[in-house]
Amino acid sequence: MKPIQLHDFSGGIHPNENKIQSTTLEILDAKIPEKLILPIAQHIGAPSKPIVNPGDIVLKGQLIAQGEDFVSCNLHAPTSGVIGDITQKSVPHQSNMAALCIEIITDGKDKWVKHQGVENYLQADASQLIEKIQQAGITGLGGAGFPTHVKASIPASKIDTLIINAAECEPYITADDLLMREHAHEIIQGIEILCQILKPKQCIIGIENNKPQAIETLQNSISSLANNSHHIQVASIPTKYPSGGEKQLIQILTGNEVPNGGLPADIGIVLQNVGTAYAIYQAIAKGEPLISRITTVTGDACDQPRNFRVLLGTQVKDLLTQANTNLKKTSRLIMGGPMMGVTLQDAEVPVVKTTNCIIAASKHELPNPAMEQACIRCGMCTQACPAQLLPQQLYWFAKSSNLDQAKAHNIGDCIECGACSYVCPSNIPLVQYYRFAKGEIKQAHADKIKSDGAKKRFDTRTARLEREIAEKEAKRKARAEAAAKKQADKKAELAKNPAPSEPAPQVDIEALQKKLDATKMAIEKSKAKLAEAQATNSAKVELLQGALEKAQAKMKDIALTISQAKKDAKSPAGTNTEKSSVKVEATDVIEGLKQKVLAAKTRMEKAQERLNMAKEQNLDTVDALQLGVNKQKEKLDAAQKNLEEAAQ
Amino acid sequence: MNIILIAIGALVVLALVFGAILGFAAIRFKVEGNPIVDQLDALLPQTQCGQCSYPGCRPYAEAIAQGDEKINKCPPGGESTINAIADLLGVDPEPLDAEHGEEKDVKLLAVIREDECIGCTKCIQACPVDAILGAAKQMHTVIAKECTGCDLCVEPCPVDCIDMVPVEQTMQTWHWEKPSQIIATDKVKAA
Repeated sequence: MKPIQLHDFSGGIHPNENKIQSTTLEILDAKIPEKLILPIAQHIGAPSKPIVNPGDIVLKGQLIAQGEDFVSCNLHAPTSGVIGDITQKSVPHQSNMAALCIEIITDGKDKWVKHQGVENYLQADASQLIEKIQQAGITGLGGAGFPTHVKASIPASKIDTLIINAAECEPYITADDLLMREHAHEIIQGIEILCQILKPKQCIIGIENNKPQAIETLQNSISSLANNSHHIQVASIPTKYPSGGEKQLIQILTGNEVPNGGLPADIGIVLQNVGTAYAIYQAIAKGEPLISRITTVTGDACDQPRNFRVLLGTQVKDLLTQANTNLKKTSRLIMGGPMMGVTLQDAEVPVVKTTNCIIAASKHELPNPAMEQACIRCGMCTQACPAQLLPQQLYWFAKSSNLDQAKAHNIGDCIECGACSYVCPSNIPLVQYYRFAKGEIKQAHADKIKSDGAKKRFDTRTARLEREIAEKEAKRKARAEAAAKKQADKKAELAKNPAPSEPAPQVDIEALQKKLDATKMAIEKSKAKLAEAQATNSAKVELLQGALEKAQAKMKDIALTISQAKKDAKSPAGTNTEKSSVKVEATDVIEGLKQKVLAAKTRMEKAQERLNMAKEQNLDTVDALQLGVNKQKEKLDAAQKNLEEAAQ
Repeated sequence: MNIILIAIGALVVLALVFGAILGFAAIRFKVEGNPIVDQLDALLPQTQCGQCSYPGCRPYAEAIAQGDEKINKCPPGGESTINAIADLLGVDPEPLDAEHGEEKDVKLLAVIREDECIGCTKCIQACPVDAILGAAKQMHTVIAKECTGCDLCVEPCPVDCIDMVPVEQTMQTWHWEKPSQIIATDKVKAA
């Protein structure tokens, strides 16, 4: 196999390593504490959703919170016990804010839930392996905590290099070192599984040359493989902080740089932490979800600094006790490394999936940061920056909140490694300025998205309101037009058939019909009379005959007129409306009369009232008022009469 | 004499040619609308709160673009918006006009006390961004994600069941503060 051509990245620093202290002792299983505190958000992405309730009994490895999204992660019970409360508790986070945590009161039995690994996992299907990894709730164990199944789901065709990050460049931390020394075989198996999923052309384990023992055991494990078909090889790289940064390690091992704003996958590379590879092995080969991790407990205040296999959720104070820590001597508690770690406010917080180290530092070891001095523009930060940025410029921009310029100077590419602050002779907390500026930019971006959304909603709403008004206006216009047309039609109709002829046909038909009937009757009678006369041979026969003929002629005449009238009545369209309008007029008249009656009534009542009052007070006006009342009564009667007539 | 005529002729020809080019360009590359309005509108916070006395952010942007309106009438945007507009227009930034309200430090969110809501739909009609959901005689609720905190819905509510509450900070929205500005020499002076 070709040896790997190493490259260098610009900048970087060489802080005191302080790794020896915690590597003298082997990994120890930490005791099961009385209670475990498990934050539901230990990873990047959506927090998981608790699926247990207080009082539930859980077994070791049982799922207690489900990943809600693809970029989210499952959470399992690290040991058997009873679920305590599910409340907000303090968690290791820079904000010192509380987050939702599931508490487990342990029972000490450590009883496993039924679990099973994948048989023949090196021949298994990639999708099956990814699913198993997702179920096991594995996140990157290096620091950021990105869900592993998401990275593993990158299409294999895009990937040609898998890099295993075993650099562990931050001072003090030795968790990966010890893991490699003691579990090299499992790690290599985990890497084989990753290769099975991602099918890379080569796989490089990048490891700093300050871990010779780990390098040796890994190499032995690789050479003991029956068939290194995935070309796994170990690359020993020079010790320099921050060679373990994702982009820096890629640059060292391949010479390529991850593009601005891009991901390693864009240049065909996937990075996984060595601890993650171990967790993958545990999940696939044994079916054990991620419930524990290796954590270094170190610092001057620890009498027995070493690495522990810790159940997730173990409180920091429990771990410190097991490492014989002198809490009085501890001036600062740090989770993670001294360069990028989080200072803990108290020791109550739990160990989470990304906790690789806890440093109980004495005052002498990590003194409080010295007073900030003015920037003297020495440029040492620029020389130290591993991302080839201009830290000094970024500092000025961040300090004056000039976010546009900070963005233009690629503040987004800052990995917050702290190398610039480390070398700064003026003790300026540069990284804090960058974090502030990055946060502001992120917030401004979120605000922009929100304000764009608000603008869109406002525009849509305005358009909708305008449309509604236009629609109403159109309807009103249509109605007005229809009414106008009706009026015009009516007028035209009136002009065509003069008004009096209009109601005539109706009356005519009825009258004529009556006449016709009467004539028919008369003819009938005449016929009877004629028959009688004929029977009696009377002289009247001739006379009657003449009369009958006359009557028949008359009838014919009338019938003709009727049919004519009927035809006329049918043909004009206006006739019907005419009729209804007549009706409407009639009702209008009735309505008017009714009003009049009512008015008359009220008037009369009032008059009556006045009369009564006058009567009571024995006034002289009684007679006059009586007259008035009578008159009103007459008027009312008249009105009522009118109304009745009209109604008929 | 001849030379003068040639010179005049050449100038006339040049004038005609360039005139034609300019005339063509004026038609071909004509910019529809006033682009400055869009730029101003993009700087405004789009709360559509109407505190500037215009019905929405765009009308205010149009008024500023016409030059007859001051740039300091937007309390939700505050100082940063005023500065940005001043930058864009090349005028001096002015302090926020207190007549139109004060800049609030915290973002607000309208929350309806739902058991008190009578379902009158008045707040729905008032909301400039359609962020309230409900129907007549049905309980209403605010879509928190879309609420701009303009508080236009508070006034019309006949039963006063809408509260403006500060948006709570979560771990996702939290970010680092700027380090305190005191440097060593300042501290010596202060002491």
